[in-house]
Amino acid sequence: MSVTSYSRREFLKTGGMMGGGLLLSFFVPAGAQRLMKDTDPAAVFVPNAYLNVGADNTVTILLAHAEMGQGIWTTLPMLIAEELDFDWNKVQVEHAPPGEPYLHTVFKLQITGGSTTTWSEFDRYRNAGATARVMLVEAGARKFGVPVSECKTENGFVIAGDQRVSYGDLTDAASKLPVPASVKLKDPTEWRYIGKAKKRLDTKAKITGQATFGMDVHFPGMLIAVVVHSPVFGGTIKSYDASGARAVRGVRDVVQVPTGVAVIADNFWAARKGRDLVKVEWDMGPGEAVDSSTQFDDYRKLAGTRGLVASEHGNVENGLSKAARQISAEYTFPYLAHAAMEPLNCTVKISGNSCEIWTGTQMPGVDQQVAAKILGFQPGQVKMNTMFLGGAFGRRGSIGSDFVAEAVHIARASGKFIKMIWTREDDMRAGYYRAAFLHKANIGVDADGWPVAWQHTVVGQSIVHQTSLFGPPNKNAVDDTSVEGVKGSPYLETIPDHLVDLHSPELPVPVLWWRSVGNTHTAYVMETLVDELAISAGKDPVEYRRGLIKSKRHLAALDLAAEKSGWGSKLPAGRSRGVAVHESFGSYVAQVAEISIEDGRLRVHKVTCAIDCGLAVNPDGVRSQMEGGIIFALTAFLYSELTFEKGRVKQRNFHDYKMVRMNESPAVEVYIVDSKEKMGGAGEPCVPPLAPAVANAIFAATGKRVRRLPLKSSGIVKV
Amino acid sequence: MINLIVNDQPHSVDVDPGMPLLWVLRDVLQLTGTKYGCGMALCGACTVHLNEDAVRSCVTPVHRAENQRVVTIEGLYHDVKNPLQEAWIQVDVPQCGYCQSGQIMAAAVLLRENLSPTDQDIDDGMSGNICRCGTYPRIRRAIHLAAQLQKEGGVK
Repeated sequence: MSVTSYSRREFLKTGGMMGGGLLLSFFVPAGAQRLMKDTDPAAVFVPNAYLNVGADNTVTILLAHAEMGQGIWTTLPMLIAEELDFDWNKVQVEHAPPGEPYLHTVFKLQITGGSTTTWSEFDRYRNAGATARVMLVEAGARKFGVPVSECKTENGFVIAGDQRVSYGDLTDAASKLPVPASVKLKDPTEWRYIGKAKKRLDTKAKITGQATFGMDVHFPGMLIAVVVHSPVFGGTIKSYDASGARAVRGVRDVVQVPTGVAVIADNFWAARKGRDLVKVEWDMGPGEAVDSSTQFDDYRKLAGTRGLVASEHGNVENGLSKAARQISAEYTFPYLAHAAMEPLNCTVKISGNSCEIWTGTQMPGVDQQVAAKILGFQPGQVKMNTMFLGGAFGRRGSIGSDFVAEAVHIARASGKFIKMIWTREDDMRAGYYRAAFLHKANIGVDADGWPVAWQHTVVGQSIVHQTSLFGPPNKNAVDDTSVEGVKGSPYLETIPDHLVDLHSPELPVPVLWWRSVGNTHTAYVMETLVDELAISAGKDPVEYRRGLIKSKRHLAALDLAAEKSGWGSKLPAGRSRGVAVHESFGSYVAQVAEISIEDGRLRVHKVTCAIDCGLAVNPDGVRSQMEGGIIFALTAFLYSELTFEKGRVKQRNFHDYKMVRMNESPAVEVYIVDSKEKMGGAGEPCVPPLAPAVANAIFAATGKRVRRLPLKSSGIVKV
Repeated sequence: MINLIVNDQPHSVDVDPGMPLLWVLRDVLQLTGTKYGCGMALCGACTVHLNEDAVRSCVTPVHRAENQRVVTIEGLYHDVKNPLQEAWIQVDVPQCGYCQSGQIMAAAVLLRENLSPTDQDIDDGMSGNICRCGTYPRIRRAIHLAAQLQKEGGVK
């Protein structure tokens, strides 16, 4: 684990504790509760909060994390299956409700994020399975009248000699046994699931229309709500006229909530038609001052002053003055929307002194707290149902539970059972973006072209400073999520004189973690600068990195990607390669991009990716994340840019916030380093190296450095 | 009242004739497998078959489907061993899965019209469908596999 990702985890951990009552929650194993409604309690064996075994030998697994595409619906059950040895064809999976047993093992907050699910649950879920197995074996041994040592298990059966009994037939007996305090886990040499590719358990539901996303929640009597939001962030309502909306057939109510005016109707279409007819007079407040035409000028001025010191060694001024040459560069990165395919939505039913919520969320416990606070309830009075997430990328881990809070307000103000749906435009324009950033770097190199001094200034809004969710924000503390990837860089640790400082200006635009967070921009700057240093030193970019990096895991990924991509071999005419390597979330990823530029237009033909994530529990799941993350990152590099004019977001849908499509999608080859090192993540580490790898290939082809993102706005290559 | 045939079932719906077919399917008939993604025919998540053509239901007024045959993801598979479905499972295509109904509805038309699509044919047939998770390489593989399974006479 890197210093930077560790810091981020520590922040969440301590931050969570500072929140005090935030973590108080109640525990009901949803699976058990559901089964017990209709069946004899003795027919269900509930050894712990993570699984239960039914009389029909079905094993129901409760996920402390949410499935948002990353595949943990399959990976966490694999961990239990490895130890419990149940029948894989009889597994059922559910999202757990908020509850103490489901708090993140490191963050101590119920959260899916930071590419942490698999490694953070590796012991807990295996232990849960092993505990259940010990109890079932004990129950089986008693039934057979033999010692436990004579029993074995096989696919949901306890077997002794020629006697066999299913787990389902032992639920009653096992339920009466004490839960063992500790259990022995299998030796890795005995693993049958872990490290073997397993097909996803959610595929069938997702290709037959049966998977229920938040958007798909439906109950009789439920109405649909669509909201008019302020055109700028922080705007408040002076007055509004909803007479037009109320005249639309199907519209049932119009209510004001803190974030806008909600139109409630029988169906989405009527609600949206009504919404478009609501006339609101807004008090815009300071939000109108946000303007993309001047934002980076302001940031540039800030970058000329000293910010909070994020990392310092030696004396950078001294180092720079003694250097043989200096290389200076400035980079800008725009605001980015997450733009998950499923626009944000949330269903809320308030009845008397209870509330039930259905939504796709990365932080159900926080949402529960926020909803309870709005309603004047205890958290236990709010029941959360986590649905499949139609993509999230950080947006559904909203620090203020913004979309849940809005839906709760609508349900409370109207007294109606509602599903709030944001249109694509609402989703695009409602904030919580990857912040815009400016980087400025001065690098001093010696006569042989090796860096000896590195001065690096980062300017961009802080995620952490804007919320009191984790306790009072400390604006004098460096937000590591803004500098991770520069701070802790394997290059900086070899450079005697370096300084990284950070400015975190405050703007009315809400910002949030976006798949790989700070690494989305820091890796780009570091990896394109190192490439530039290599070229200016007349050295091969891979060899140059090898000369600088001491970390074995970076080198293992770099070497594997270089080898598999044929780095250094002759390319077909018109093709160029670029390379990048970056650690994030405990995993080390190197990528080589192969491109061409035809008629001034970029084409990315192929990306070769190598990852060292330690043990890959489901190798095909890791490959899948690498492939998808590369395409996700390519979209951002080529196209993604949200711009503001008088505080208003100019983009609104996929025509002006474009996505990479099938015809632009490169071939992707993924290689996993055979590694016994500490486990890292997979969902995010695939993203950071892609853009610098492609940009370095563009330099190889054109001799030009892309310093303003996205590429379409750089003026260097058409996309 | 507007009459339409969805997945071989006749339905009469009392809605604004300008209401997009998507919202009739989702909010009136509760066929939620067809997804809302953009509302502007940009992403393909809402793709259904109208008289065997792939259409964007988010911009198709329901009156255009009057007395016509509509097939949604829920009605596409009469046989669970459909080559397309089998290929999607074999290749482990979906991630979040939200766009996959639309991807499969588009792929079904592509494969019906072209028994052996090339990569270029797949680009042409599938580029109207966005996948934010980036499952395109696997969709491509799955379509090739489905074409092969189809040629071999379906899944054994």
